[in-house]
Amino acid sequence: MRREGSVFQGVGVVTLKELSDHLTSVRFFVLELLVMLIALVTVYAATQQIKDTTAEDPFLFLKLFTTSRDPLPAFLFWLSLLVPVMAIGLGFDSVNSEYNRRTLSRILSQPIYRDALLFGKFLGGLITLTIALVVLWLMVIGLGLLVLGIPPGGEEIARSFVFLLITIIYAGVWLSLAMLFSTLFRSPATAALVSLGFWLFLYLIWPILADVIAHGIIPPDPRYTALGLETPGTVELQQILARLSPSTLFSEVVVALLDPTTRALGPIYLSQLQGAVLGAPLPLSESMLIAWPQTVGMIASAILLFVIGYVVFQRQEVRA
Amino acid sequence: MSQSAMSQNTMSQSTVSEDAVIEAKDLTKTYGSTVAVDHISFSVGRGEIFGLLGPNGAGKTTTILMLLGLTDISGGEVNVLGFDPAREPLSVKRRVGYMPDTVGFYDGITAADNLRYTARLIGFKHADREKRIADALARVGLSESADKHVATFSRGMRQRLGLAEILMKGAQIAILDEPTSGLDPHATSELLAIIRNFKSEGVSVLLSSHLLERVQSVCDRVALFSGGRIALMGSVGDLGREVLGGGFVVDIEADGAGLAERLALIPGVSGVDKTGIGKLRLHADRDVRPEAAAEVVAMQGRLKYLGVHEPSLDAIYTRYFETKAAGDVAASEGERDAA
Repeated sequence: MRREGSVFQGVGVVTLKELSDHLTSVRFFVLELLVMLIALVTVYAATQQIKDTTAEDPFLFLKLFTTSRDPLPAFLFWLSLLVPVMAIGLGFDSVNSEYNRRTLSRILSQPIYRDALLFGKFLGGLITLTIALVVLWLMVIGLGLLVLGIPPGGEEIARSFVFLLITIIYAGVWLSLAMLFSTLFRSPATAALVSLGFWLFLYLIWPILADVIAHGIIPPDPRYTALGLETPGTVELQQILARLSPSTLFSEVVVALLDPTTRALGPIYLSQLQGAVLGAPLPLSESMLIAWPQTVGMIASAILLFVIGYVVFQRQEVRA
Repeated sequence: MSQSAMSQNTMSQSTVSEDAVIEAKDLTKTYGSTVAVDHISFSVGRGEIFGLLGPNGAGKTTTILMLLGLTDISGGEVNVLGFDPAREPLSVKRRVGYMPDTVGFYDGITAADNLRYTARLIGFKHADREKRIADALARVGLSESADKHVATFSRGMRQRLGLAEILMKGAQIAILDEPTSGLDPHATSELLAIIRNFKSEGVSVLLSSHLLERVQSVCDRVALFSGGRIALMGSVGDLGREVLGGGFVVDIEADGAGLAERLALIPGVSGVDKTGIGKLRLHADRDVRPEAAAEVVAMQGRLKYLGVHEPSLDAIYTRYFETKAAGDVAASEGERDAA
């Protein structure tokens, strides 16, 4: 049955409302403040470390994101940890709060479709995260300029910009997940706990579990073990399983982008090293090619999670 | 006439409307094997206040959601202002205002901002939007509270804000789900006054309630729901006469010596009771108000009040189901005897 009008009617209005709500909320302010503080401390520590240890590097600016100084982990570590928290923080009550406030049926009785409400909520959340991450990105660049005293090169800016886009996609995955649970569970507390639990499972436990499962399915070959090497089949399976986690995908993409010398994101065979100048940086386009499957994987994850939430929301009754 | 025959007769009369804004025919909603709304038919005329009344869980809200295209229709047909809510929900929603049961607003923003959000969703332009919002808030008496956060609003104020949203929208039909639920008597009477104003402006009103007594005063016609079906439908007076029997009861307050005796002579009047000083109650088999007024005028008396005494919907509802239950028992005993 064909319905009249566009499903996107009202998306802009809902997006602006969500954006306004997020940007003025205490929750977002606290999360943003936390991320800013951590960014300031870790990037400052990174600049000190770079000053102490690096004499000359063509990609000095990119090291701001990846360099750590004991006891502080690198900015990248914190980012991969806090971006999901921010995204879940914005999405865990996006749908169920409309039920709990009893606003859903009133809003849906206006001339819009449910699709517009869900799209608008997702876009509002994603734009909020984008604003936060762009501010963070500018802050890191600014701090780097200030402390290191040298301007970043064009390649560095381009790489860090792509890194910013990838981080936004990564945030989108967790926002979709949180919105899915917000649709599934009427209680915001349950949705938040399940979202955080899911994230912790995928971030901390799944990589370990992937290793155990891979070793169980393809036991290590004694010939490789005798040489002190990992069995290629086991490693490949472990990587395939680990890549089911968006966190793994993100960390792999980031490695390719922020370390231009990265030539592969899996086991490197001797045949691949023939003719290669070890340590020589790759151009951005080739680094992006290396990271492309992981990038597509993250985009697909975000879309898949959003679509599941969309289907569930469409089938739900409006009454609370 | 048997209750079921009476009910069907009333329904068939009621569904035929020359100027209907809502027409439902055999409307049905099922959830799996559960039938929430069972083949109901009714129509609402232009400028009419129509009540969907009945206990909680009787199918009133589900019916409303089907009218708005907010839930799928399992069977039957429905037409709202000439549009099919299932295929043309936007056209329906553009013209119909809805205030859900315990209406919710965004507590963190002001009353005016809540309406602004809705107005943007409807697509009103800025200048028009602001004028509509100011007018609507003034009409429900919330102008002073326009810039206050809704979190500070009482339940009655929230309900009035819900009505303001409908006014702002310029809706041709107002659908109000349990509008008086949880309100104190003062807030209820304020709300009912606003609902009466809807009618005076030509807006049709469909309201649902489980509080029969509270809303019967504003309804032109009512449909009494029971178990997903419409058990009775018609004006309260008609239903009272058909279910409770006893014909018309006309209350009259007027001056004039010997008025009671004169009124008792009106053809069709079976009795006259004195209910107070200058107050009389006529029992008749038809509406004798014109004749009663003429008698007062003929005696050069002063007519202070003349109206048909409406029976309580609660009494109608209770009597209907008592009679129905008794009929069901008799029928099952008959079947047992026959077996």
